[in-house]
Order: sequence, then C-alpha cells, then structure tokens
Amino acid sequence: MTRIELTVNGDKRSDEVEPRLLLVHYLRETCGLRAANVGCDTTSCGACTVLLDGRSVKSCTVLAVQAAGQDVVTSEGLSADGELHPVQAAFRLNHGLQCGFCTPGMVMAAVGLLAENPHPTEEEVRAGLEGNLCRCTGYHNIIRAVLAAADTQAEVQA
Amino acid sequence: MIPAPFEYIAAESPGHALELLADYGDEAKLLAGGHSLLPMMKLRLATPAVLIDIGRLEQLAGVQADDGELVIGATTRHADLAAAELVRAEAPLLAYAAAQVGDPQIRHRGTIGGSLSHADPAADLPMALVALGGSVEIQGPGGSRVVAADDFFQGFFETALGPDELLSAVRVPRRPGVPWGYQKFVRRSNDWAIVGVAVVDGRIALANMGATPLRATAAERALAEGASPAAAAEHAADGTSPGEDMHADREYRRHLARVLTRRALEHQTG
Repeated sequence: MTRIELTVNGDKRSDEVEPRLLLVHYLRETCGLRAANVGCDTTSCGACTVLLDGRSVKSCTVLAVQAAGQDVVTSEGLSADGELHPVQAAFRLNHGLQCGFCTPGMVMAAVGLLAENPHPTEEEVRAGLEGNLCRCTGYHNIIRAVLAAADTQAEVQA
Repeated sequence: MIPAPFEYIAAESPGHALELLADYGDEAKLLAGGHSLLPMMKLRLATPAVLIDIGRLEQLAGVQADDGELVIGATTRHADLAAAELVRAEAPLLAYAAAQVGDPQIRHRGTIGGSLSHADPAADLPMALVALGGSVEIQGPGGSRVVAADDFFQGFFETALGPDELLSAVRVPRRPGVPWGYQKFVRRSNDWAIVGVAVVDGRIALANMGATPLRATAAERALAEGASPAAAAEHAADGTSPGEDMHADREYRRHLARVLTRRALEHQTG
C-alpha cells in the first residue's frame, strides 16, 4: 500500500491505496464520488473525465498514486452552495443530455476546454470534445450547451 | 479492468530512476504519463513487477534551444509540446504531430518520451521524429548516448532502448520556415493512423506501413532527381509490406501511402 495526499473537490485527503488502484475507482469507491463513470475503460469514451491540476484527464487511465500531491475536481466539485456551475446549468438549459451517462465527463471536458479557450468557435468546441462519446444525443445540444456556457461565463466576467 | 499488482516507486531524480532500473532490470518499467503503458497493463499485456514513476521529474520536461537543435525533455506532455512557441516556430511539424495524438485528455497526460519508447508504428510522434531527422538522448549505467531516429525504431514496438536505460530527451533540428506536410488517414476521430505521412524538406516518413515508422526512400530519391510531387508519390509504397487488419488490407495501405504522400507534398506549409 502507498499513502497518497491530495485534494479532491477542495478537501484535503490522505489515503492508503494499492498502487494499481485507478483514479476513477479511488474517486468512486474510496471518496464516494460517483459522478465520474467507468464507460469504456479504455481511454476512449471520456465518461470518467475529471480535472487534474486544472486539466481534463481520463481517470480510468491514471493511477491514484499518480494524482498524489495534486488537485482533483469532479463534477460534484463544480457546484457551490447549491448553485450549478455555468457549464452544468447550460447543459440543463440546452438539454445537452439524454441518458446522462456521458454527462459528468462531458461537463468536465467542457470546463477544461473553456479554461484553456474561454471563447471557442463551434468547430473548436467539437474538436475540444473529441475525447468524449455520447451515444444518445448526436452531440448538437451538447455543443450548444458549451457555447452557451462560454457566453454566460463571458457575461459573468464582464 | 485492473492491472496486475506491482510495486510503485516515485523516482527522485533521473539518476535515482537509473539506479532503480539497474536494481530491478527487466522486472521494472518506467512510468511517465502512462497513456501507453497503463492500457497495456489493464489488458495484462504488460505485467511489470515494479513501476518507476518519472512523470514528476521537472528536469525531464520542457523545451530548450541548443545551438542548431531543440532539446525536448522526455516527459514533456503532448499538449505542452503542441503549444510550445519555440517548437511551433522552429519545428512546426512536431508541434502539429503532437496535436494529432489522441484527444485533449490524452494529450494532457501522454509524453513524447513515452510515445517514442512505446514505438507504435501507427503513432504520430515516431513518424514525425523520423521525418524531421531527429534523435533521442538515452541515459544508461555507462553514461549517455544519442541515437538517430532512423536507428532508434528497430521493430514492432521495439526500440534501441535497453532495459536499464532511460530516454531522457528528444532532439530535432531548428529549421524555421522549412516546408512541411502532414497527412493522417483515420476512420474515427482520435484513432491511430491507418496510414500516415509526414514530409519535411524532401524527407518523407510513413506511419503504419511496416513494423516501424519508415522512410519512403524511393519517393525521396525521385523528388531529389526532380520528379513532380505526384510522380514522386507514386513510389511512396515501394519496398513496403504493411500489415493487414480490419481497417485495411495490404494493397489498400499501399494505395493510401501513395495518395497521402502526394497530398502531403502538394499541400506543404511553412
């Protein structure tokens, strides 16, 4: 076992983990945070996307021990005081989901994208979400949601 | 899917990593971004007893200029390579290739040293390094050595790296303004190339046309002798015997190599 210290959704944690424990299983089973889903388990679908030190990563392909000393944010960590994060709110408003399985990963990928590029074009949003698969929506409402979130964030900052 | 059990050791320096490699030999694997190794371990295609984590060693990351070459630390992540101003200005093909790897999340984790050591013949960065005429710096128990890209890739997922060695940096020539072209044929976004072609100043490299990234030497020779891009590209598959899979049979890959080489030569930028 290896001891890791890290921050998860703003909380400092210290846990004994098996080195082979994947970050997604650490989040779901050790931390009880179930937003990040295990979809394909092969770095393809993006349902397990979380932020690691601010950058989107697929937590099925990161070891928990690799996250030691770093800052992890899941979809649960985005909302504050019962208020949805602008990206979460935009997904809701634009119906950017159907079954919802891919949604936490889509949201985290979108948050990571907007952090790097606050005013993306539609094409940049499509390319930026290339690592996330949705088998229901055909993506159109997801793209709309991310573009709307970019506008909202711009208004908030103005 | 969960990897087989292993011992995890975070290396404190490149020298420490080399000591650990010397101690554990074949039992150990170096871990950086883990985006080639961990998928293999989850499928139990790789079952190292020890993982030596070099992913946090700042000495091994970043881009510097050294006379006529850019020196890129082995643990430089694809996203950082793609965004590095020095690389975009002086080896733009390499920055572009880094931006073609996988998807954004993968590019946030994967490293250039990891991709080159993994040596997937269908991957972007091995092909780019061959096209650029770059080289890799290798540290080992007996000191360091530099191996040219053409000699580094030795077989299907095989390189010149020994089990007690560490790929520490990548070197590419600084050549601002030199024309380059890049073509990658995939059926799905973020997939590996069914066939890829990278062209820099008359050097032509092919991905997934054999066990390693290959130079299209017959096409290069034709170009040097004054053939048009279209005429030279007709020779792009000469001497190759690519593998077959569900995406493409041998003849189709050879066809793609010719078509993509023509496009890469005709649509060069820089």
